[in-house]
Amino acid sequence: MEWNALELSLDLAFWTCAILLPLAVLLGRALAWNRFRGKALVEALVAVPLVLPPTVLGYYLLLSFGKTSPLGRFYEALTGHGLVFTFDGLLVASIIFNLPFAVQPMQRAFEAVPMNVREAAWCSGLSHWLTFWRIELPLAWTGILSALVLTFAHTLGEFGVVLMVGGNIPSETRTLSIAIYDRVQMFDYGSAGVMSALLLVLSVIAITFVYVLGNRRRHRHA
Amino acid sequence: MPEPDSGLRVRVQQEDPVRINSEVHCAPGELIALVGPSGGGKTTLLRMIAGLAHPAEGRISCNGETWLDVEQGKNLSPQQRRIGYVFQDYALFPHMSAAHNIEVALSHLPTAERQQKSSDLIEMVNLSGLEKRLPAQLSGGQRQRVALARALARDPRVLLMDEPFSAVDQVTRRKLRYELVQLHQRLDLPIVLVTHDLNDAMLLADRIYAVSRGVTLQNGTPMELIQRPENVAVARLMDLQNIFSGQVIDHDENNEVTRIRWLDYELEARLQKEHNPGETINWVIPPSCIVLHRRQRPSQGERENPVHGLVGELTVMGENTLISMWVNGRKEQRLSLTVSSHVAERNFLAVEADISVSLLQQGLHLMPPQPEDHMR
Repeated sequence: MEWNALELSLDLAFWTCAILLPLAVLLGRALAWNRFRGKALVEALVAVPLVLPPTVLGYYLLLSFGKTSPLGRFYEALTGHGLVFTFDGLLVASIIFNLPFAVQPMQRAFEAVPMNVREAAWCSGLSHWLTFWRIELPLAWTGILSALVLTFAHTLGEFGVVLMVGGNIPSETRTLSIAIYDRVQMFDYGSAGVMSALLLVLSVIAITFVYVLGNRRRHRHA
Repeated sequence: MPEPDSGLRVRVQQEDPVRINSEVHCAPGELIALVGPSGGGKTTLLRMIAGLAHPAEGRISCNGETWLDVEQGKNLSPQQRRIGYVFQDYALFPHMSAAHNIEVALSHLPTAERQQKSSDLIEMVNLSGLEKRLPAQLSGGQRQRVALARALARDPRVLLMDEPFSAVDQVTRRKLRYELVQLHQRLDLPIVLVTHDLNDAMLLADRIYAVSRGVTLQNGTPMELIQRPENVAVARLMDLQNIFSGQVIDHDENNEVTRIRWLDYELEARLQKEHNPGETINWVIPPSCIVLHRRQRPSQGERENPVHGLVGELTVMGENTLISMWVNGRKEQRLSLTVSSHVAERNFLAVEADISVSLLQQGLHLMPPQPEDHMR
């Protein structure tokens, strides 16, 4: 068992969720209720990581994070180090490939809040912010939590993009899934087995949790 | 007399997405009903008053305060208009108890005052003991009461109700209607009710606005609209069945009578000089102004516009019996009337029985001619 890799994976998953939470709430809510030109394109871009091979996504991220790219140069000027093969780069990649896992369940959750309930809140004198805080969020929270759990579990298990963008630097970019791959290459099936079992258990717990929340939401609104 | 700019004044127009061309006025303490078929733009009009929909042109004001003036670029939000809105399916906040649903609308008050007022409102709408229940644990009628209490919580300047009885059973409906009548007597604010149910409008409204395809066709007291619809479209909206074509013969001012020809009958209507002799008109008569003659012996009133025919269809509906009379035996000339079931029985009414009726002069109302497709 590589505790460093586990810690790194948990760190990555935590920060991915922390940064995606406000972003995905705003984006999911906007996609749920607003009609604007190019909405279909935005929805498609959000969903692309679902269908794109992780290596392809990783390849493009690697190119755009490189020291010769505008993003890479900008980030280096800002922080003094590049994005490729760093935890920061891994985090940015993780946020991008988790977009659909975070945004789509939240979009569905906001879509399920009836429009006239929001209008009733406005007619009751609540501002748009208070309507969001007191009506929309409490009604959509199970969807939001599901999205976070899915994102967390998906980050723990992601392999292709992580390998392309982060490589395999112990305590910096070597996540649990990379460590498993590495151990198998070294014929250390014992360690690989323990780490795989851990990921399996975490995934089952996460997915069960998501289904429990889903059932609860359906029951509440029945 | 109310002041000239008191109450709610609405003049709105738009072509898309739903055509609206309406003018509505509702005085403080008055309850008006917007009546018309589903999809006729009534709800859109109500949403415009609330600030939830925005017309292309128009002006809305309440008690002298301008809420919307498209020309001036003024448009207050629903929060600023301070309206009470009872939604068709109530739109209660499903995660909040009945009391919390009401308290949400009282957010501007300190906690103690908020709770007191919420409790007063709960009592007013007869929901004491159910404060802590979630909307899903309440019946349709109870939900409607919570929605009404929430709408009244902010001391609204106008109360808007969209089909408030559509989601409840008949018994609850009757009870809620009665409660609304009582509430209406106590509230000194304009109340606008949207309904496609004529009974609701007839029982509750001081005035009815007949709305069709977004246009307010006529407004008046319920009796005015039933007895004197301005045209066939309004008569149809008021569910009047007996609409026919005829021709004006002449006016007899001494007897205050206008004579018209219909089939081979010469009928007398109350004097309506706006229609010229020789003019083709439509005429209408409410069922209450059709009197069935006794079949066994002559009765008074047989001389007043007597019309003869056969019973074409006869439907017993509890205490009342609906009769479709085929005038002169002609199936295409149907006169609908309702009699008490015991009267139908006593007169041995049955299909194909000969009957005669009198069309009461005062109820015979003339209207401008309409194209054939409006007649159906």
